[in-house]
This record gives sequence, C-alpha cells and structure tokens, in this order.
Amino acid sequence: MINLVWLVMVLGGIILAGLKGQPELVTQAAFQAAQTAVKYALELIGVMALWLGLMKVAEEAGLIKKLAQILKPFTRLLFPSVPQEHPAMGFILMNFSANLLGLGNAATPFGLKAMQELQNLNPQKNVASEAMCTFLAMNTSCITLLPATVIGIRIAAGSANPTEIVSTTLFATTVGMSAALLTDYLMRLWYNRKSGAQKKC
Amino acid sequence: MEKVFYELSRWAIPGLICFVLVYAALRGVKVYECFVKGAKEGFALAVKIIPFLVAMMMAVSIFRQAGVIRLLEQYGGAFFQLVHLPPDILPLALMRPLSGGAALGITTELINTYGPDSYIGRLASTMQASTDTTFFILAVYFGAVGIGKYRYSLGVGLLADVVSFVASVYIVSRVFGAF
Repeated sequence: MINLVWLVMVLGGIILAGLKGQPELVTQAAFQAAQTAVKYALELIGVMALWLGLMKVAEEAGLIKKLAQILKPFTRLLFPSVPQEHPAMGFILMNFSANLLGLGNAATPFGLKAMQELQNLNPQKNVASEAMCTFLAMNTSCITLLPATVIGIRIAAGSANPTEIVSTTLFATTVGMSAALLTDYLMRLWYNRKSGAQKKC
Repeated sequence: MEKVFYELSRWAIPGLICFVLVYAALRGVKVYECFVKGAKEGFALAVKIIPFLVAMMMAVSIFRQAGVIRLLEQYGGAFFQLVHLPPDILPLALMRPLSGGAALGITTELINTYGPDSYIGRLASTMQASTDTTFFILAVYFGAVGIGKYRYSLGVGLLADVVSFVASVYIVSRVFGAF
C-alpha cells in the first residue's frame, strides 16, 4: 500500500507541474526535501544519543523491566503477541508518557527503541508485526494532555485564554485514539483470517 | 487542572533524569560509562532512518509544491461549505498527516489571521494539537528497523486523523459555539 501511495504522490505532483508548464517546481522540491531530510536526521543525533544514553542507565538498573512488570495487565490486552514483562513494553510506556505531556523530542528515541525491541520478536524482518501496528496506531493518535507548541503560538498571538484548547484537544485525541485502537483490533482479526486462508503479502 | 499538566510537563524531564540516575547509582550501576555506551547507539539509529526520510519527504514535497493540495482545495472547499465548515481550515486538514512543519505554518497563519480566540483560531489550534504527522512517523519508525511492508498501519493512522479532525470540529463547535 505504501508503494502505491508513494508512487501516486510523486507522479501526481509531476503530472500536475507538467500541466501547469512548470516542471522545474518538481526538481526544486525534490532536491530541497532530500537536504531537509538529512538535516533533520543530523539534528536528531544529539537528542537520540542523550535519551538512549539515559535509557541504557535505566535498563542496566532494571527500571525498564520493572516498568514492563507493572504494565502486565495492559500488555495482555493490547499486545497479546508480546511476551509479558518484555522490555519493549517499558519503552512503549515511556513513548506514550512523552507524547501525553507534549514532549515530542523525547518521544521519538523511546519510540525507536520500542520498535527495535519489537523487531527482535518479529519473525518476518521486513514485514510489520501485529504489535508494531498496534504501537503505531497508538502513537500516531496519542492522547495529548498538554499541546505545548500550539499553546506557545496562541500566547504569541495574544490569546485571552491560551490554554482553553486543552480540554477540546483532550476530547478529540481520546476519540481519535479509541478509533485507532478499535480499527487496529478489527484489522488484526481480519488479516489473521485472511492469512490463514492464503499466505500472500 | 491545566496548571497541573503544565507543571508536570515542565518537571518531567529534570525529574526523570534525576530519578533514573539516582536509582541506578544506588544499585551500583556505573552511570557515566553506561550512559556513553547507550549514547553510541543514537548515532547509528539516526543515520539509519535517512534513506526513509529522504524518500518520504521528497514525495510529500513534490506533491505539495506542484499544487496538488491547492487543486484539492478547490473541490473540497465546495464540500466544506455544504457541511457548514469554514473552507480556510481545509488546507490544514489536508496537510496535517503529510508534513508537521507545513501544518504548523498553516496553523500559525490561521491563528494570526483570524485571531486565537475566533472559531477558526480555536479549531485550528485543536486540530493541530489533536492529530499527528502520520506519514512521517511511519516512515521514521519503520525505517529505523528496516521494515518495508507496513501492512494496515497507514490506513489505521489516516483513519485516526480523520476521526480526530471530525471530533475537533464537533467539540469546538459544542464548547465555544460555531462562528
């Protein structure tokens, strides 16, 4: 599916730019994006190193395992394919908490660490596992308690009550996350039935 | 309540660093050496996601710069008016799952044009905060572990975006009143 979406985006852009008689727009956009991507990754190195360093200390001290232990009932429900008390659960919780509090730059390293742990359990290394799909459904729709960036913009724009959107955001994200987890659950059932009938990617 | 969240957010990182280091030190972990060992992984991981970032950002950028979004706006705008939504909010809804930076730019512009305490200002604020850059997150997270087949996660992520968007419109109209 991602192959098709990607192809449609690139070709759609090129065709439209061509119809407008401005194919150079595509050239410019493509090269600029490639550079932005690398810049982003380079900036990420520092934050990544910091958080993965701290997480290594937490892991060595047995904190991640402990966290996974506390989460046992939650694991069984949402991630039935992950063994209980697996360190992946500790990292998933860290990622979730960071998202909850609007700490975007801390969420990514925790999330990538969680993906690595889930990949260790994945039998087909180039196909997303069930647990990964659930984790990403959770991650992309995550409940937000404190939308720090937006509050900052509102303060700068001189809002009379910059935090008044906290409650509406909480509502919208709760509904969105419920929908994501429910769909993920249904898709998992549907996929399992389909792959039982015929093995095809 | 909002004050509590705010203080929690401010103290979360200093508190976490302090707690982890003290706990580990008490248990006899060599904190400095261990930290450095973990930090080493950070470099490799960040470099590993570069090809996926380049591919995804290139496609989004071509799609956007060529004016596909603007074309969609022309058709979507009529539909939006039909269901009593301000058409100005449409570019944000279209851009949000594709590019975090671009969406934030649109939100800032809407807030500054219509005022943060207007219907559009509140709706844009809520929408920006409620949904995430689905394409980007999937590319980075799956890229980091070398997964090429996303299965159904893109569909689930985009559906969640649509649901959050509709929920934002509903709750903002309900709480603050439309227009």
